Amino acid sequence: MVRSLAGDGAAYAALLRRLGDHLRAYYLRRLGRAADAEDLLQETLIAMHARRSTYDPSRPFTAWMHAIARYKLIDFYRRTRRRAEEPLDDPDILFGSEDASAAEAQLDVERLLGRLPEKTRRLIRDVKIEGLSTAEAAARHGISESAVKVGVHRGLKSLGAKLEDERP
Amino acid sequence: MKTDDLISALATELDPVPPRAVANRLALGLGLGAVISVAVMVLWLGVRPDLMPAMHTGPFWMKFAYVLSIAAFGFGLVDRLARPDGEGGVFGPLILAPLGIMIVLAAWQLIGQPHDVRMQLMLGQSYQVCARNIMVLTIPIFAGLFWSLRAFAPTRLTFTGAVAGVLAGAAGTFIYAFHCTESAAPFVAIWYTLGIAACGLVGALFGRLLLRW
Repeated sequence: MVRSLAGDGAAYAALLRRLGDHLRAYYLRRLGRAADAEDLLQETLIAMHARRSTYDPSRPFTAWMHAIARYKLIDFYRRTRRRAEEPLDDPDILFGSEDASAAEAQLDVERLLGRLPEKTRRLIRDVKIEGLSTAEAAARHGISESAVKVGVHRGLKSLGAKLEDERP
Repeated sequence: MKTDDLISALATELDPVPPRAVANRLALGLGLGAVISVAVMVLWLGVRPDLMPAMHTGPFWMKFAYVLSIAAFGFGLVDRLARPDGEGGVFGPLILAPLGIMIVLAAWQLIGQPHDVRMQLMLGQSYQVCARNIMVLTIPIFAGLFWSLRAFAPTRLTFTGAVAGVLAGAAGTFIYAFHCTESAAPFVAIWYTLGIAACGLVGALFGRLLLRW
């Protein structure tokens, strides 16, 4: 999204495609009808596009996106005078694990990772994202296995602290 | 239209968004409205004739400090509420702080005064028109601010409308203060506040109607 705001059309298209899949599932589960979900999805994408200046790059992208998706969903219920069967305030429903795909959460992860020191960042990426074993990572970076473990542990801890700081 | 085609259409010729785009557009709407409001004030009410000597007195600056601090916190609050995931944060309570200080000042001036003086301090010469004039001068600013906000994505429409109304009202009152010759803190605490609050109420009513997207 940060690159999209700078005017990078290719990055933007890739972002919207990922969001499209995610939001289609999100709306489909709540509305049940594929045609409604597709309409709402398109409306949401247009709203995000038209109002993308309201995204503050210092805040989590997923929260911004979900706020728009949720607003459009409530708006849809209001228009069609259908009562929401589920309490919309319940965050578990909005951020249900089955559709909160790793793909779009990764956008925030990448941003946070960017603030870690280069060495720690590479370690975490290798072990936690690419799934290398501790031994493989140790071999790749030329350090001992326990150094890998300590590095990853410290890195995750500092990521946690950063997330905690960002919480509004 | 296929969603994929829509995405391609949106992504072609993507205009970059400058940083602080929200604040810039809010300032633009506010500024344009204020220019019209100043013109209305000068032509309709006129600047107070004793503006120059008055600038050397404390009450003159007290009025400005009061309304400008409300406007500044209101601007910060609207800048946040214009975003879908916006929370008021520190600005929520801060916007009420100037009112608290003003009430203390007003009470301090009133205490120990005889009844007649108290009434004079509270009503001044212009209590019948003050709030009304403020609301009239606020109209162009209100329009400019809501024009700005319609490009954004507030999700708490009534609250955002109310804060935008207070911000526009404080800006309108700032302009009105160049005409108004009242100098007593109780007068300002009552009638300026009433004018601004009325603008906030109008904003709350219009928020749900005008800020939907």
